Amino acid sequence: MEASSLPAALELAAGGGAGLSPEKRAVLGSSLLLLQRDYRFERVWFWGCIQGVRGAYYIAEGLGPDRAAPRSRLYSLNCVEWSLLPPVTEEMVTQAEHLKGRFQGDPSFEYEYTEINAEDAERLLEDGKEPVIKEEARLVATIEQIDRAVGIVPRGAFVKTPLGSVHENRNFEGLSLTEAKKLSSYFHFTEPVNLKNKTLLEKADLDPSTDFLDSLEHDIPQGSWTVQLEKGGTVVVLRSLLWLGLTFYHVPMTKQYGYIYFGTGEKNLDLPFML
Amino acid sequence: ERGHGPYQPHEPGYGLYQPGYSPYDDQIPDPDSRMLAIQNAKAYLLKSSTTSGLNLYDHLANMLTKILDEQPTNAVDIIENVSKDVKWAQFQKKMDTLRDEYETLPTFEAAEKRKALFLRANGEGDEELEEDIGETPLPNVMETAFYFEQAGIGLSKDESYHIFLALKKLISVQPIQTCRFWGKILGLEMNYIIAEVQYHEGEEEEETEEEEVTEQGGKGVGEVEDEEEEKEKEDEPPKSTYKPPPVIPKEENGTGANKYVYFVCNEPGKPWVKLPPVTPAQIVCARKIKKFFTGRLDAPVVSFPPFPGNEANYLRAQIARISAGTQISPIGFYQFAEEEGDEEEEVEGGRDTYEENPDFQPLSVAEMVDSPSTWVHHVQSILKQGRCVWLNPFQKSEEEEENEEEEKAEDPDELQQELQQEIGPPLLTPLSEDEGMQNIPAWTAQLSTNLIPQYAVAVLQSNRWPGAFAFASGRKFDNIYFGWGHKYSPENHAPALPPPVQAEYPSGPEITETRDPTLEEELALKAAREEALAAAEEEEEEDDEGVEDDEEEEDD
Repeated sequence: MEASSLPAALELAAGGGAGLSPEKRAVLGSSLLLLQRDYRFERVWFWGCIQGVRGAYYIAEGLGPDRAAPRSRLYSLNCVEWSLLPPVTEEMVTQAEHLKGRFQGDPSFEYEYTEINAEDAERLLEDGKEPVIKEEARLVATIEQIDRAVGIVPRGAFVKTPLGSVHENRNFEGLSLTEAKKLSSYFHFTEPVNLKNKTLLEKADLDPSTDFLDSLEHDIPQGSWTVQLEKGGTVVVLRSLLWLGLTFYHVPMTKQYGYIYFGTGEKNLDLPFML
Repeated sequence: ERGHGPYQPHEPGYGLYQPGYSPYDDQIPDPDSRMLAIQNAKAYLLKSSTTSGLNLYDHLANMLTKILDEQPTNAVDIIENVSKDVKWAQFQKKMDTLRDEYETLPTFEAAEKRKALFLRANGEGDEELEEDIGETPLPNVMETAFYFEQAGIGLSKDESYHIFLALKKLISVQPIQTCRFWGKILGLEMNYIIAEVQYHEGEEEEETEEEEVTEQGGKGVGEVEDEEEEKEKEDEPPKSTYKPPPVIPKEENGTGANKYVYFVCNEPGKPWVKLPPVTPAQIVCARKIKKFFTGRLDAPVVSFPPFPGNEANYLRAQIARISAGTQISPIGFYQFAEEEGDEEEEVEGGRDTYEENPDFQPLSVAEMVDSPSTWVHHVQSILKQGRCVWLNPFQKSEEEEENEEEEKAEDPDELQQELQQEIGPPLLTPLSEDEGMQNIPAWTAQLSTNLIPQYAVAVLQSNRWPGAFAFASGRKFDNIYFGWGHKYSPENHAPALPPPVQAEYPSGPEITETRDPTLEEELALKAAREEALAAAEEEEEEDDEGVEDDEEEEDD
């Protein structure tokens, strides 16, 4: 969620019981601004918090002029000092998918990769690399996975310019209440996968400036999102069941929206059994 | 005298030069022709479109008016959107009233309900004020919420306050002795807000209504079966020798897993619904399944093994498991009541009552965080059987009980085998006895703030039941749960497999098929018999071998 609207946003997304202490909230107001100054970000998003066994990671993302470009991710253990995470590679993501269990809470913790796949470990040894994964790499891979899988925005909130870059839509006034209850009004804010599979008839109805992303309708498994009205029906809250802890809120007919993650950073692989 | 200027249509030079390039363009044209050109242009702009009925002139005028009124920044970048908005505004007025009325109805109703929480009931005068000030079972939800907020846990203040008022409403309706906000469980369609309640002694509502309903349902099914059996009396299939394992009775209200009564509601403002007491079968089954809650108490729970009940029962079972596993208090806050005659007979059941310790000395917050042995469970743990107090369903006398083995019960195959008694950890065991999973401890302890340790609050989060939290600060402590209602397991959920196919009948030699002898074997047998007969004829002369002949004939 936008750093500037953090206090109000935390109130709206607190239906799941997770939030930030007043101390963290207070310090985030200033430390995120300083991040913006130091790294020359145009926008700073407070992404959320991953609970480790011994400590928690607070994550922030910085965006440049093109909002769809790969984002810089920073983490902090106390919300005061932030460290930049290395950019994520596909190899990191595949390695991190093998790891199971909670995060430890210590960024320099090394996971034993040999237990998981002996063949890969031997191959890595031949290359001269050590078969260990640091928790930092796992952290950034998990954040990338979560953003790719369940990072969502309302339809119409972002527009694509003819040059290809993506900006916020200043004319976005919010979804109406009926639209806000439908999953098709929300998009994954990541490279679209299903868009080209749509039939020509469907594509004809789309507006290429606002409909350039995948909507949530065709997410697998079906039913992996819960849509609820909270606070007496004034806030629409979407929660992901695949990554438990991701909460998206939107106040219909206003510009307020955002998503935040409070959880353990583990994918819910039991989802098909639980629905 | 006028110069040669731009040529008029009747002059021969007209049309020779392109407009803008004629040699006389720097001369001011005839004002009349300019006016004519303007009028022509305006007439063109005023032409109405055949499809929409608008005309460009009015549209441009409206657009410019809107821009000048609102004065947005970078107007030139958003000019197309402004144009679209103006066109859209044409239609909005006609459909405005309809859409508004339909859309905002649900939110208005919800707001009415929430407002009703804030109204004081009529007809209660000063008496109520005095009652409120005195001892009230109403917990101070806002105070608890404040402490949890220091750790970053909790709902928004608005919601907490609504829950506070909803609890107050609950207390005014039911005869309640103690009440606590237990927590919130999230669901697919709606969420549950749960209150843990104890009735005044002797004022519990009789729950025979629910039991009667289930019995009648059972009888109905039995009647249908009888009819079917009557029809088949002539050809009765063999009766099944299956005897179902004995049903373990649930614990009495007020003891063990049913010590507290739970009320739930979907949102503050909606009426509170009481959850039925939990049975051991439900707890045993709930341990094997993992399903999301939908938010509707009457929803069926479709699972394998089939859950005996609907979502209300599943919810109650999960609440019982969570309470048993994660309700903790600082050591020394509760103590066992001094009972006369603590003999061995009572140790079997375990002590299940505790009372507040009037001499409780709170430990410092740093000590509470450092070591898990400063916290104890104050809710009885649930045995594998599904109860807190072990019960032998075969009702053997006490003298025949075996020696105890911790939490291992062998399933009886036959009625005559005896069950091993299960004992779990006794009440008030410290958290250091809690096992972790793999290399993760069962609890994570933190201070709420490292910057101001004088006023920090000790916070514990459970790793076995993610979402269960406890805090302690001085004499105050509390537990709460915010989550989806499931236990954490490092491995993936492996549902129980269906049992192996039952054997239809016991196999024995009389019904076992054997292979028929082939032609060669029969011929060989025949040849062997003939040989034996021939041998017998040769030996008929000797009487001693009569017995052998008999034996050989019998062997054939």
